[in-house]
Amino acid sequence: MKTLAELAQIREKMKDKVGIREGVNGIRIVVGMATCGIAAGARPVLNTLVEEVAKEDLSSKATVTQTGCIGICQYEPVVEVFEAGKEKVTYVKVTPDMAKRIVAEHIKGGKIVTEYTIGNYKI
Amino acid sequence: MKELSLNILDIAQNSFTAGASLTEILLTEKENRFIIQVKDDGCGMSEETLLKVSNPFYTTRTTRKVGLGIPLFRLAAEQTGGYIEIQSSQKPEDHGTVITGVFFKDHIDFTPLGDIASTVCLLAQGCGNGDMVFRHQTENGEVELDTRALREVLQGLPLSNPDVQLWIKDYVKQQYENIKM
Ligand SMILES: Nc1ncnc2c1ncn2[C@@H]1O[C@H](COP(=O)(O)OP(=O)(O)OP(=O)(O)O)[C@@H](O)[C@H]1O
Ligand SMILES: [Mg+2]
Repeated sequence: MKTLAELAQIREKMKDKVGIREGVNGIRIVVGMATCGIAAGARPVLNTLVEEVAKEDLSSKATVTQTGCIGICQYEPVVEVFEAGKEKVTYVKVTPDMAKRIVAEHIKGGKIVTEYTIGNYKI
Repeated sequence: MKELSLNILDIAQNSFTAGASLTEILLTEKENRFIIQVKDDGCGMSEETLLKVSNPFYTTRTTRKVGLGIPLFRLAAEQTGGYIEIQSSQKPEDHGTVITGVFFKDHIDFTPLGDIASTVCLLAQGCGNGDMVFRHQTENGEVELDTRALREVLQGLPLSNPDVQLWIKDYVKQQYENIKM
């Protein structure tokens, strides 16, 4: 049973984790959710990113959010990863399976999944 | 779009973009009708935009880049014999937009609602500093999620927190289980 009491427990659990309320420190994972993104399958990608970040207990380290059209509709679903002091990483044509690897290798492991990045698609 | 819940996600994004402080998503099922209404208190549309988005052919008649969200929503409704209606105001005293789609469930081209729980949790994530109310009224009962009530419990923990997101999704799913006959 999902109850509001359980939601309060989540709140208490998160209290001890530093930086989480501010959401400024750490990694920002952003998914394009305009019409082009949604039609191309951004929703399951975003849901998977949220699930994996929760499962791997990374929510004090990374936030997952959505944005409008990133301007490269032909590459949707697009996932961008921002980290202070590092260059933005843009993953393109992302599927839920790819999203799992991105969380495991990049967000958790700190290693960019180069084969999924936009650089790999340029002619 | 393969699911109406994707159209709902998309149409509600327009409300968030319009800076709504409250976005209400109301689904009403009665007999063979399925009505989707997205209502916000955002900035509203200019007369020019309203005319454009109300025109079924606006995507082909203009050379400027225009969106696809409303045309796809319209298509989904019209292909079931239904229609959409748009009201919008930029007046300071009652600014906001209401988009209503009427669908006929028994039509062969009715798009299934699909994974609505995924849409609801992402709407709660996307509404930013604004709030969102989702309500689905069926003949078996009602499903509801109001982010204002959740925020009271969360006391500053964002709705976008991944653990909170998963809770919302399961909470909505569970309500749907309960009204299933
Ligand atoms: N709720 C709303 N409040 C204010 N303006 C709106 C609202 N919904 C739509 N609009 C206006 O109508 C336009 C068309 O909306 P539509 O969803 O069709 O396309 P879009 O959002 O511009 O692009 P996309 O293809 O990503 O959806 C928007 O650009 C916006 O100006
Ligand atoms: Mg739109």
